[in-house]
Amino acid sequence: MLAVVHVLGSMLMLFSIAYVMPVVTSLIYADGLLVDFVAASLICLCAGALLWAVTRRNKRELRSRDGFLLVSLAWVLMSAIATVPLLLAIPGLTFTDAFFETMSGLSTTGATVLVGLDGLPPSINLWRHALCWYGGMGIIVLVVAILPLLGVGGMQLYKAETPGPVKNEKLTPRITQTAKALWFIYFLITVACILSLKVAGMGWFDAVCHSFAAMALGGFSTHDASVGYFNSVPIEMVLIVFMLIAAMNFARHFIAWQQKSLRTYATDTEAKSMLAVIGLSALGIALYVWHAGVYPGFFTSLRHVAFNLVSIATDCGFVSENYALWPAFAPMWILMLSCYCANTGSTGGGIKMFRTLVLFRQAGRELMLLVHPQAVRPVKIAGQVVQNQIVFAVLAFVVLYFGTVVVLTFSLLASGLDFMSAFSAVIACINNAGPALGIVGPAENYQILTDFQTWVCSLAMLLGRLEIFSFLVLLTPSFWRK
Amino acid sequence: MKIIILGAGQVGRTAAQHLAREEANDVTVVDTDDELLRDLQDRIDIRTVQGNAASPRTLELAGAGDADMIVALTNSDEVNMVACQVAWTLFGTRTKIARIRSQAFTRRPEIFVSTEGEPPAQLSGFAVDMYLSPEETVTAYIERLVRYPGALQVVDFADSRVRIVGLRAVKGGLLVGQPIRAIRQHIPQVDARVAAIYRGGHSINPEGDTVVEHNDEVFFIAATEDIRNVMSEMRKAEDPVKRVVIAGGGNIGLRLAQKLEEDNHEVKIIERSSARAREISEKLRGTIVLNGDAADEELLVEENIDSADVFCALTNSEEANILSALLAKRLGAHRVMALITRPAYAELMQAGPIDVAISPQTVTIGSLLAYVRRGDVVMVHSLRGGTAEAMETVAHGTRGGKVVGRAVEDIKLPEGARIITLVRGDRVIMAHHDSVVETGDHVILFLADKRHVEQVERLFQS
Repeated sequence: MLAVVHVLGSMLMLFSIAYVMPVVTSLIYADGLLVDFVAASLICLCAGALLWAVTRRNKRELRSRDGFLLVSLAWVLMSAIATVPLLLAIPGLTFTDAFFETMSGLSTTGATVLVGLDGLPPSINLWRHALCWYGGMGIIVLVVAILPLLGVGGMQLYKAETPGPVKNEKLTPRITQTAKALWFIYFLITVACILSLKVAGMGWFDAVCHSFAAMALGGFSTHDASVGYFNSVPIEMVLIVFMLIAAMNFARHFIAWQQKSLRTYATDTEAKSMLAVIGLSALGIALYVWHAGVYPGFFTSLRHVAFNLVSIATDCGFVSENYALWPAFAPMWILMLSCYCANTGSTGGGIKMFRTLVLFRQAGRELMLLVHPQAVRPVKIAGQVVQNQIVFAVLAFVVLYFGTVVVLTFSLLASGLDFMSAFSAVIACINNAGPALGIVGPAENYQILTDFQTWVCSLAMLLGRLEIFSFLVLLTPSFWRK
Repeated sequence: MKIIILGAGQVGRTAAQHLAREEANDVTVVDTDDELLRDLQDRIDIRTVQGNAASPRTLELAGAGDADMIVALTNSDEVNMVACQVAWTLFGTRTKIARIRSQAFTRRPEIFVSTEGEPPAQLSGFAVDMYLSPEETVTAYIERLVRYPGALQVVDFADSRVRIVGLRAVKGGLLVGQPIRAIRQHIPQVDARVAAIYRGGHSINPEGDTVVEHNDEVFFIAATEDIRNVMSEMRKAEDPVKRVVIAGGGNIGLRLAQKLEEDNHEVKIIERSSARAREISEKLRGTIVLNGDAADEELLVEENIDSADVFCALTNSEEANILSALLAKRLGAHRVMALITRPAYAELMQAGPIDVAISPQTVTIGSLLAYVRRGDVVMVHSLRGGTAEAMETVAHGTRGGKVVGRAVEDIKLPEGARIITLVRGDRVIMAHHDSVVETGDHVILFLADKRHVEQVERLFQS
């Protein structure tokens, strides 16, 4: 336990460097928050140094158990300490709301409790987006890449944070190199996104912020009207492309970069399934919405449906139109897509396409076994056999996922929220998507929730980002037994 | 260095562990057994690939394209040879090391062609730069132990001119109870140095006035011909070994029996399988082959185990080795040795009734490690079950560098590392604080803590 705190201390010290970005922004725009950010950075550094020094004697190699505790603690603690600049700069902001905002950033949810985003100082807006970006590839993965921490211990941490059912795949022999490789490719694509958005007509500041949010599939915006503010087809198209890239497995991107060829995508069943589902859904819903007479032309309908659908389905959370006003089928379908479209190893949330494929193929196998009881038929994805062990783990995950959704929805209902808002808020938070429906719909924000409801949503975001297991294991008695 | 290890068996796992411990190495392990690999990857920081080791596809997945070294350690000689060949032909891998067990191959070394230096225009054999033969190495190691009664570990340096011997000091040895310095007066004609002393499992730095106590584990170095003299300093001189009983007629047991019977030892070998017993009896001349269970009390008593000088338990099962060695000791065998792979078992047993626990993988790993190390490392031997290490490296450079031209006391070595001997041409020089290292010297170092290996390497690299 104390050994975990020791590592946590060094992580916090490292995190204080993260404040460089808003500090520089504050210098450029002279928005008067320089002192606040420097102070916040120092607070973070001192807190880390204190934890580190106090537990100096307990240093030891981390075991797999420690990984879970460390990852959960790190996410909670970093979200908490990241609230400092918000609390200093925005008068009247409660800690509950500030924590929701930072957790929403780090977990790449993109739900906000702040109103008047356009009027916020640039450094604060950048801080929100930077949190998104750090959280996207994973703060622990970043730590593993930078701190030559703990050999095998690094792998345990990595496994506890990385999304997806197959966590044993390493891109390189050393875990630190794998982490570095992932962050490198993430950084590279982010730069490409910034340049594309600039060319598409955004200002530099907006381009940087929106790229951070798009690549992390976070969905924060610098405007209350989100991407709708720009009302620009090129910007929407650029964002669609980069959101789809971010929703694919970054390991694939790295391999493609390494081989300097796109061949690897051809065997990526997961990405192909995602593109097919999203493509067909976008066409179908565009027709449906057009037919219902919401928009005058099919192409206008297609434009708005495509952008909002991709944004929510990949768990990003940008909005360009108030899609809650579309006939109920459309927003519900979009919300449903957000549960499973993102890929393993992407920056998105939810169940993940890989698990969905496993479940469907497993169901197909059961059906086939009814007809041919003697048949031998392993579950295969992209020609690779999926071990039974993984199939079981997927089943357990899905059960826990829906169990969590039910429990959290009931907690929100008990606190007095209406069903549509409660259910959609939990789904949007646990998938790290962002906008929900009802009173927390795309045109509203989470400001309206009570403190209790806000905390429930914060918890849902954390559970969703750590894929439930890593956090839930802390609540089992056997975890704490010596 | 990017290294691919083929085969996650006993030797492969140990190799992966040792190699991955050194920061500079990136290790990928290939095996057909998925579960074995998963377990391995959870414990050490490596990458694993499942598949047939000799298949080009598997090798490609494992990154043979930019690997510096392939170490083929699977159970099958043929797979190892083919894997090396494939790696060379398709990927041009620079260094290829194969494990070759069968003597049928090792007796004809011309079938292996090294491609490391100047690649031959036409390959006239398998592209294998070096082959390891664990059974042969282990047999040679056990043979040395048998020859030096009382030794726990005997390792060779500088083409067997110098040896490091580890043994337990026993009352009755001339030096026991006296400071190390006294050895000069006892045997003035012999030059030897105490490299390390372990007391109660902890290393103590041996100085001239350190007193050797009963039950200390002492490592000393001396020229090969002086070893016996020095050993008698630490324990009562013992008669040369005559009667040896070997349990287990596997590869190692058979080879050991063959070596020992050449020197007129009286060897008995106990083998459980009657077919195998018949097979080895055909290959042996003077050795008595017994078909039976090595843990059978009656058989052991009947074969006069109480007059055996050495009992070696060398079967495939380490549990059986431990039990039969314990039994033999109880029944009066003078000295018992057992082949034990698990370090934890070895540690449990070595301090107790089993005199020597032989860990085959640490014996084998030395020559491999020497190959991987940076700088000009000639030989590496793991000592004390892999916690300590002795290494022979060549000092290069001009005077005024970090090593060459400096006196031993002026060389900045990490904690626990000591320069114990210099070999200059044919001369063996025991290192004193004022001995000066010349370029081209083979320097033999003792490292009490393996974690400092890289610092030592870096020192000698420049």
